[in-house]
Amino acid sequence: MSGLLQRDRVYEFLVPKVVDNLDLTHGTVLYMEDVSVSFDGFKAINELNFYVESGELRCVIGPNGAGKTTMMDIITGKTRPDTGSVWFGQRMNLLRMSEPEIAQAGIGRKFQKPTVFEHHSVFENLEMAMTGPKGVWPTLVARLNSEQLGRIEQVADTIGLAEHITRNAGLLSHGQKQWLEIGMLLMQNPLMLLVDEPAAGMTHQEMDRTVELLTSLSGQHSVVVVEHDMDFVRALNSRVTVLHQGTVLAEGSMDQVQNDPKVIEVYLGE
Amino acid sequence: MLLRILKNDIGGKVFLLVLTAVIIAVPMLNQLPAEHPMHISIYTVTLLGKYLTYALLAVAVDLVWGYLGILSLGHAAFFALGGYAMGMYLMRQIGERGVYGHPELPDFMVFLNWQELPWFWYGFDNFGFAMLMVLLVPGVLAFVFGWFAFRSRVTGVYLSIITQALTYALMLAFFRNEMGFGGNNGLTDFKDILGFSLQADSTRLALFIASGIALALGYLSCRALVKSRLGKVAVAIRDAEDRTRFIGYKVEHVKLAVFTFSAVLAGIAGALYVPQVGIINPGEFQPLNSIEVVVWVAMGGRATLYGAVIGALGVNYAKTWFTAAFPEVWLFALGGLFVVVTLLMPKGIAGLFSRNKGGES
Repeated sequence: MSGLLQRDRVYEFLVPKVVDNLDLTHGTVLYMEDVSVSFDGFKAINELNFYVESGELRCVIGPNGAGKTTMMDIITGKTRPDTGSVWFGQRMNLLRMSEPEIAQAGIGRKFQKPTVFEHHSVFENLEMAMTGPKGVWPTLVARLNSEQLGRIEQVADTIGLAEHITRNAGLLSHGQKQWLEIGMLLMQNPLMLLVDEPAAGMTHQEMDRTVELLTSLSGQHSVVVVEHDMDFVRALNSRVTVLHQGTVLAEGSMDQVQNDPKVIEVYLGE
Repeated sequence: MLLRILKNDIGGKVFLLVLTAVIIAVPMLNQLPAEHPMHISIYTVTLLGKYLTYALLAVAVDLVWGYLGILSLGHAAFFALGGYAMGMYLMRQIGERGVYGHPELPDFMVFLNWQELPWFWYGFDNFGFAMLMVLLVPGVLAFVFGWFAFRSRVTGVYLSIITQALTYALMLAFFRNEMGFGGNNGLTDFKDILGFSLQADSTRLALFIASGIALALGYLSCRALVKSRLGKVAVAIRDAEDRTRFIGYKVEHVKLAVFTFSAVLAGIAGALYVPQVGIINPGEFQPLNSIEVVVWVAMGGRATLYGAVIGALGVNYAKTWFTAAFPEVWLFALGGLFVVVTLLMPKGIAGLFSRNKGGES
């Protein structure tokens, strides 16, 4: 009922289902408005409003249980919110789309734990992740053309694994596996990348490389990074959104949010 | 084409060379006079031919187990179905030469007082139709079975148990006389194939050569599949099924296609097996048979394809040798061999030659 009374929305039944063309004319790639979700009475997300501009790099931080992962789950279609709306561009209603449809539409997600195909080489990992027909027959007769070959090499170069391209992914270091997974996302040409704790378990050198990589990706892709490590977030030098108890506590540059009294209170204690 | 399929497959090249040599040499050695030390008796030729069909079955199992991660404990069912299709053709070829001399009905139907041929026996007097059924019956069963099993995302041990149940159910069904496949006794007393007597040495040699060629072609087609992108996706499914689904592959369809293909291969192996051993009965559906195939593959080395061949030939040869050498304790000797190989060579016999540490080619 409440949906009917909101004057800035069209009626639910007037909302088109899935549209093919993404409309980014207003420069915003993701809209999350008044989103709430609760698990067994616990409000994991509480009236969250969150917007991502196209091509921007955004960090999401917050204490444990702030709802960061749940937010990612809602965007990728894994969790359905109780109320609210989530739009990809102006015309794609993500709440009406299945997980694979959302992935197909151009939202790629990198999970916390790197899962690459350990018995395949870096090259094969990227090859399999490439966009294109994925049915049984096209896959059986698939041959790489020079353009696709170039694309794989280009992505391997971007993620800094060009010299390891024939190595088995299982032999890569933890950080390299994380990059490979980002590379596999890139092979799908996503508009928006959701990256969950990329720096976890990385050495300092690897972290620096990851910062470089993510920064270079923004511009062409919108990148949303969820991270705990403050040094890493500072190095990314982007807009920061602070989540707390399922809602946005503060938003702005790293310096701004760090000096925000509400943020200090949440992070530094009662 | 051939070179592209076998690129980087040293084991496969060696295996195919040896196989070619065997296909040529065995019939030649058979032609030597019987008292010559190198002479190979026709009995041995048929025995080897039987082993070659086992090897093809093992390759089919290795394709789904080694590369797709589906531990099928029911592949002997597809083997037996292919065998029954061939057996039905051979039964129809007996014609009036049966014990009861009925012009149309096989002996067991006369014995059961049946008046006419059941509808599903129609067409089996035609070799082409029978061969089509050799491919279709196991293929369609695997497709339907896989359709339900993979769609409901049954995996791992549960899937293995269902495959085991499948072959057990088929065994019970084929034991029934009313099924019309000869019940307990199965199909036997075959006379000839395509007009050639099955008792003749030349026919037996031809069947041996056909088995060798089928094994070579089966190996090559599996290797081609494994080397294609589909093969890589299959291994990806084996290692991380959800991840594969996440990057956009329809995991169920890939599984279904590879599983069905493997079942067809098993059916072909069964069809070549039956004329060489001269009988097919419900015992071939025994769950134990399917498990034995898995043991061959494990012994030979999983996910290598040629390892499956080594395992099938090795274990069956050992069986023959042990039964002759230690008739009292041969089962214990064989069991001991399994234990030793599993403990000392987790990658099987092929693992000894393989320099590939990843466990995948």
